[in-house]
Amino acid sequence: MATRSYLQAIGDALREEMERDGSVIVMGEDVGVYGGAFKVTEGLIDRFGPLRVVDTPISEALIAGAAVGAAVAGLRPVVEMQFMDFISCAFDQIVNMAATTRYRHGGQFRVPMVVRGPSGAGIHGGLFHSQNSEAWFARVPGLKVIAPATARDAKGLLKSAIRDDDPVVFFEHKRFYRSIREELPDGDLVIPIGKAQIVRPGRHLTVVTYGGTYYHALEAAETIAREDKAEVEVIDLRTVRPIDHETVFASVRRTGRLLVVHEDRQTLGVGAEVAAQVAEHCFEELDAPVVRLGMAEAHNAYAPPLEAWLLPDVAKVIERARWVLGY
Amino acid sequence: MPRFYSDDRSIDLYYALKLVRGFEDKVSVLHRQNEILGGVYSGRGQEAVVVGTAYDLDASDWVFPIHRDLGVWLIRGTDPKLLMAQLMGRRAGLSKGKDNWTHAGDAAHNVFGATSMLGGTQPVAAGVAWKFKLMGERHVTVSYFGEGASSRGDVHEAMNFAGVHKLACVFVCENNQYAYSTPVSLQIAGESVARRAEGYGFTGVVCNGNDLHEMLRVTNEAVERARNGGGPTLLEAVTYRVKGHSEHDRAAYRDKAEVAAWETKDPVRMWEAFLDELDVDVAALRAEVEARVREVCEEASEFARSSPFADGPDALEDVYAADVGRPLPSRAERSQGPGAAGA
Repeated sequence: MATRSYLQAIGDALREEMERDGSVIVMGEDVGVYGGAFKVTEGLIDRFGPLRVVDTPISEALIAGAAVGAAVAGLRPVVEMQFMDFISCAFDQIVNMAATTRYRHGGQFRVPMVVRGPSGAGIHGGLFHSQNSEAWFARVPGLKVIAPATARDAKGLLKSAIRDDDPVVFFEHKRFYRSIREELPDGDLVIPIGKAQIVRPGRHLTVVTYGGTYYHALEAAETIAREDKAEVEVIDLRTVRPIDHETVFASVRRTGRLLVVHEDRQTLGVGAEVAAQVAEHCFEELDAPVVRLGMAEAHNAYAPPLEAWLLPDVAKVIERARWVLGY
Repeated sequence: MPRFYSDDRSIDLYYALKLVRGFEDKVSVLHRQNEILGGVYSGRGQEAVVVGTAYDLDASDWVFPIHRDLGVWLIRGTDPKLLMAQLMGRRAGLSKGKDNWTHAGDAAHNVFGATSMLGGTQPVAAGVAWKFKLMGERHVTVSYFGEGASSRGDVHEAMNFAGVHKLACVFVCENNQYAYSTPVSLQIAGESVARRAEGYGFTGVVCNGNDLHEMLRVTNEAVERARNGGGPTLLEAVTYRVKGHSEHDRAAYRDKAEVAAWETKDPVRMWEAFLDELDVDVAALRAEVEARVREVCEEASEFARSSPFADGPDALEDVYAADVGRPLPSRAERSQGPGAAGA
């Protein structure tokens, strides 16, 4: 066992996979000599050299497109978006190039690549250093999309992503990089893609979440247990494509109530799909309307009161949870 | 090296030009007859570019052709029958019916298909070249784009990166004077696309895209340089799109005199003139080659025509490498009435 931060867990996953498999390479802006804007890739270039840890020009489309090329040629590239906001510059290469390559080639090519980087708000990053961009990608066939909230999941899921033969978009939360520290087991930690996890059992309300609002949901559940004597079950999706609907259904069939919480904007977010599927498949078991909580419909404002007002927080989760519980 | 037709390189190259033209003309006919659906983009008039840039490559080199480069598949050795099945959308085609045009490459021959967002494969070619560099392999990538796509950022980003790292990339700009209806004068302000290479730190060459001799020569120089660690080359092959953007486009926006002037520079006829100088009986050779090309095209069409389509649900195949589970079926689809799940 060793205490590792969320950031160190990601760095460990990269280093361990690069040691395990000589075809794993890292590319991105400032990932080499500087070690990455957040130091996720620190030390990798000393260990693996500049041919496997590649400092690129500011060219997100090139970074993603070169990853497709390296992948179809037999490597396993892990490329960094310095901030996941910048992934919009690589949208075409990920959505039209990476995601379609296997399909339009009738299965002739595999595309084992990972696009990873820091996403999420709450550090006063403003409009272009705070975005949660996962929903843009979560509806694209051919992609897998992951958003871990714990150091353990970050490490185990990144290792799975690197070993996966399909393109994976991996959304880390920058607020967790140094704030989250956990005891992690020694040895190879691999967590399967596409499996949600019940992180707190309960029988009165299901709260489905992932990424940036994970700890809000857990804290809200504790408060409600203490003050309301109600037991909230918290499910962490961990993977947002494909979504593990069965785990959600099984929970809602026990609790009869669902609140979906994510940091990304609410409209047409991942929560909309979860809510729609539950509405269809658990209709008879529902005792209350399905409710969502996401970021308000604006851009990621900078000034602390504006940023705080836009984002979900513990109090907002508690408020919505109480409404669903009291319905 | 005998390739397709003859041990005589000059005659084999003639066959290659005629095969590309014959195959594409056949595709146009099949499109008019509704056997090939969707868009059809003829590379007629540009045969010397595809033959010249692909003919002398090694099998382990990678190519990234675009929509007017069907000929590249043929020159790389893709079975014309599979290519025609691809165009007719059959299961036997390269994409198993997922797409009808050049978005499916041929992995067996290191051909990577483009998307319709042209210029998108230049970054991919740079990534393949990075693998060559990492592994110390002396292979090259040859990637194609038009003068239209030269305006896209992806092309710039890829050439810049390839220049910084001296990657084994040959960038082929097929300057056929039109991007759909937009003339080159509205596409670029500098005197050529090739000139941009200077800014990327490598060589740019403007060449006559209708002259097969010249295309072979400049390509071989570029490929040698790339193989020997000398970095990328940007070849701008000046040529002409003889037909419209696609079969439905009559290209009425073009000046008739301009079209007529380019007709005199037809690459196939230029090669025939060269053969004539070698004292080849061109009329006899032409008849013989055309008969053979017709045979190949007929055989390909017949194979494709008699091949089955994939079944509807096969549309879900090859989305992922491994089974990630079918999409969640609707309750309505499963014919479960109200209350069934709660029973």
